Amino acid sequence: MTDANHTGDDAHPIVRVSGLGVELGGATILDDVNLSVDRGSFVGLIGPNGAGKTTLLRALNGALSPSRGTVDVAGERIHALSSKAASRLVATVPQDTTLTFDFDVRQAVRMGRTPHRSRFGGWREEDERAVERALDRTQTAGFADRSVGDLSGGERQRVLIARALAQETPVLLLDEPTASLDINHQVRTLELVRELVSSGKTAVAAIHDLNLAAHYCDELVLLSAGTVVATGPPEAVLTEETLEGAFGANAVVARHPVTGSVYVTALPERSTADGDSQGRVHVVGGGGTAARHLYLLSAAGYEVSVGALNEGDTDTETARSLGLDAVTVDPFSAVDDEAEAAVESRVADADCVVVADVEVGAGNLANLRAAANADHVVLVEERPFAARNYAGAAGERLYERLRERGVAVSPSDVLAAVSDRVGRRASGPRDSDPDDSDSRDSRPESLPSE
Amino acid sequence: MTVRTRALAWSGGLSVLLVAVVLASAGVGPVAIPPVTVTKAVLGDLLPSTGFAVPKTHRVIVVSVRLPRILLAALVGFALATAGVVMQGFFRNPMADPSIIGVSSGAAVGAVATIVLPFALPFGLELQGAAFASALVTAFAVYLLATRDGQTPTATLLLAGVAVQTFLGAVISFMLLHSGQSLRRVVYWLMGHLSGATWHEVAVAASLLPPLFVVLLVYTDDMNVLLLGESDAHSLGIEVERTKRILLAVSSVVTAAAVAVSGVIGFVGLVVPHAMRLVVGPDHRVLLPTSALAGASFLVATDTLARSGATEIPVGIVTAAIGAPFFLYLLRTREVHGL
Repeated sequence: MTDANHTGDDAHPIVRVSGLGVELGGATILDDVNLSVDRGSFVGLIGPNGAGKTTLLRALNGALSPSRGTVDVAGERIHALSSKAASRLVATVPQDTTLTFDFDVRQAVRMGRTPHRSRFGGWREEDERAVERALDRTQTAGFADRSVGDLSGGERQRVLIARALAQETPVLLLDEPTASLDINHQVRTLELVRELVSSGKTAVAAIHDLNLAAHYCDELVLLSAGTVVATGPPEAVLTEETLEGAFGANAVVARHPVTGSVYVTALPERSTADGDSQGRVHVVGGGGTAARHLYLLSAAGYEVSVGALNEGDTDTETARSLGLDAVTVDPFSAVDDEAEAAVESRVADADCVVVADVEVGAGNLANLRAAANADHVVLVEERPFAARNYAGAAGERLYERLRERGVAVSPSDVLAAVSDRVGRRASGPRDSDPDDSDSRDSRPESLPSE
Repeated sequence: MTVRTRALAWSGGLSVLLVAVVLASAGVGPVAIPPVTVTKAVLGDLLPSTGFAVPKTHRVIVVSVRLPRILLAALVGFALATAGVVMQGFFRNPMADPSIIGVSSGAAVGAVATIVLPFALPFGLELQGAAFASALVTAFAVYLLATRDGQTPTATLLLAGVAVQTFLGAVISFMLLHSGQSLRRVVYWLMGHLSGATWHEVAVAASLLPPLFVVLLVYTDDMNVLLLGESDAHSLGIEVERTKRILLAVSSVVTAAAVAVSGVIGFVGLVVPHAMRLVVGPDHRVLLPTSALAGASFLVATDTLARSGATEIPVGIVTAAIGAPFFLYLLRTREVHGL
């Protein structure tokens, strides 16, 4: 599908940028950018706002003239070419288009043939075929006669891609192709680009969503302050150090449990250092029952500890990815004395203990034992305790003790209950909270109504 | 239906309309002449061999008095609507009209100066020549003011045009203050008029306009792509700056020619392209020829009204008085996107 005239030697990268510097209005936007893009690969440009992603794309398609360095596409120096010749090598999908006056979809896609037409030549059969192919490929043929102004954001994005496909260029540039789309269309758009790449195109896209970029791109180029900070496969580029350096963000990088791609989670600024912590919370969970609470509590600014958990447990992974303090024991082993002591000390420090809707057996009974010493307990009840108690009477006794000290809530009310408990602790003496019994009385109201 | 067929069909229909309007207009005046007689007089003059019998007075009225004015109105309307289409597309701004980069103000300065100044202009410039020359000088000055490093951003061009128009407005007002006896003539010129048209003016305009119009027709595809914005247009292979220069230069000459012979006739260049866009859509390959022909018919019709009353009024008043309500009607009855 790529233009045979421009395929050149496959051993050479199709896009080669060397020593590129771009200045706009006296300000240096790009400085000494070096980059090479292999034929048939999908490269994602990532980086914070203002890093120069869009500027680099505009230098790649020849719209901006570099003040230093060169850009070669398919062996041609792009800035030495006429705009027409350049747009037969590189097609650009803009972030959004400003169609002031209304054209229908087919007319808009036909404009993609502009670089292939001569001023006095008519509309040829091959132009029509290219347009039809582009409409089919992007599944826009179904609304080819509708006005571009009447389309949704996702549809309009596909029309813009169709227009770029009608240009029949070996290289496709996309500027934030997912920026204004809902999640479904983000995925659809990038799947489409992926398909185009596997059929021979080379794609370079500025993508602000790191996780989408990691999942769909073969290689990432991390730009920061106008230079390339890191380049390579996603797992090499997306590391906590590079992200900290480029974005100044406190982020955690892990493997996504479902897709297996590198997955970045940005964390709220740590506030313990300046004493702004909302309070300490210890969470007892396991088997994924605590993950959601860990995330929410951490995002709400609590200093969260969790445990004891088995290594390899989903909750352990979550705690790690959130950078939380986790007490762990080996996979498939019971909570030993050492771990129990560690949990006890965290419970003692905590302003509130949250017990997730976890299954309780002999192996993790120690967690409940430790939690029972807490002053304030929030019990998350999705299922009745009896249905998840495998520790017999000992489990029931402990849980009863927890209930006396705390409040049982449905999963969606955890944050509110915790903030309620912690707030009271801060304002009242810790041992004589008169409201405890009241909360217990009101317990049934906060349970799921079924 | 292909674009070409659509353009031809619309243009054919509008050409017929234009001929009809011209013939009807030639019959209107202090001496009413039936359309058949008008047609015979015109054909008889063009092809003496047909030998139609038409009273000599009627022939003189039609051919020597009314036709030059009517044809000049057609040419001016054609020119203003053409320039309006190009400017609106070029600036991607619905409020753009042919005078937006100062062409009309420039022409007005030249014209008013020849009327007011107590001495003759150098180079033997007559009023129309002076208006034409100062219009082009103004347009070029605005272009230079808005250009830096070979780039002419349309927003800068628009603002430079507004600033220069305002400045020239001050110059014109100052000259008006000192115009004394000739005030009436100046005001009349400024309001836009077609009276006193001669075959000579018609001939000059008719030889100037068609080649320029053909250049613009060749660029209609580029104008469509320019509607997408300059960076999109560039990525689709348009040499943006060069195309902008050509469009700007040609439409400035077209406007200057119209303004020089007719004064400042507002609204034709603004309303006719919009009205036609609502009817035929935004594709310049159809929009440009249809707007030009509709502009011609529109100005002939309005000028006929302007001269058919007891006392003649400047046609600029009529175009605005009729054009604005008609445009508002279209605006309210049609679904308008992103106008």
